[in-house]
Amino acid sequence: MHEMGIAEQLVKIALDAIPKDIQNPRVETVHLKIGKLASVVEQSLTFCFEIITKDTPLEKARLHIESVPVRVHCKSCDQSWEVTGPVFQCPFCEDGDVEMISGREIEIISLELEDAP
Amino acid sequence: MEIKIQKKVLEANETEAEKSRKFFRQKNVFVLNMMSSPGSGKTETLCKTLTRLMPKVRVGVIVGDICTTNDADRLVKTGARVTQINTEQFGGDCHLSASLVLDSAQKLGCDDLDLLIVENIGNLVCPAEFDIGEDARAVVLSVTEGEDKPLKYPLMFRVADVAILNKIDLLPYLDVDRELAVGNMQKVHPRMPVFEMSAKTEEGYEPWLDWLKIKVFEKTGKGL
Repeated sequence: MHEMGIAEQLVKIALDAIPKDIQNPRVETVHLKIGKLASVVEQSLTFCFEIITKDTPLEKARLHIESVPVRVHCKSCDQSWEVTGPVFQCPFCEDGDVEMISGREIEIISLELEDAP
Repeated sequence: MEIKIQKKVLEANETEAEKSRKFFRQKNVFVLNMMSSPGSGKTETLCKTLTRLMPKVRVGVIVGDICTTNDADRLVKTGARVTQINTEQFGGDCHLSASLVLDSAQKLGCDDLDLLIVENIGNLVCPAEFDIGEDARAVVLSVTEGEDKPLKYPLMFRVADVAILNKIDLLPYLDVDRELAVGNMQKVHPRMPVFEMSAKTEEGYEPWLDWLKIKVFEKTGKGL
């Protein structure tokens, strides 16, 4: 539901990162890392991105999204594991105090620019 | 040509949230972000909480909704200082952002407050993603929503520090398994305190109020 806001932030960061001395820059790909537990729907984000990048150097750029698995750590028994469903209970000690290591990222990693002719 | 960036996309909000946190630390006020789906009883829970805590605990409320001042109108009757944010004018956002909350907190004034409660927009998805500079997050789930909501919306229950199972006065009329509802919350967030309450009858309020007072004391050193 808030993918438009995320797309706007993403576009702002990407546009700011393009060196000012490049004439008519065209971005081909935007590399992102998105955690599986982040509330981001890939199709919605792509849809919003396409709409707001019209007539900008990001128009027609592809979003390449690397999905980051949800990994957690039990502070009680020091085990770490990947969570694939909504259950975060420690499978080792069952009563552990569990903290998240990864899975909530929404990060922009890099841009690929079209080579100058 | 590749340009490396490596930045959080929500960095702008996180920077604002840190600014808010600094402001709230200076004002020595504990800030609670209260979240839930629409209709879970956040406002009624708050009305009763305020009535029971005040005037000993000085409470301010920021209430977020897409439209209307209905919730603020109800909350202001408790005597608390209340300000309403309507996100419609900002595009009907589904969550409160850190900058909106800081702006409202400054307008509300926090100098004479012990506790500031932010009633977020009713939505079990988006508000979980946005840090507003709070000290703790509470999620309210009402028994009428069904036991499986924590499993369907895990991020919300994962980021919460405390949960309220509300409307327990309705249990005799529903096919809802109370233990399963609490168990599902703790599957998503082991060891999270869950208070089973009714905002209508005020059953089960004391442990929740004690939790709040302890949290205010831990941050501000104010014994209440």
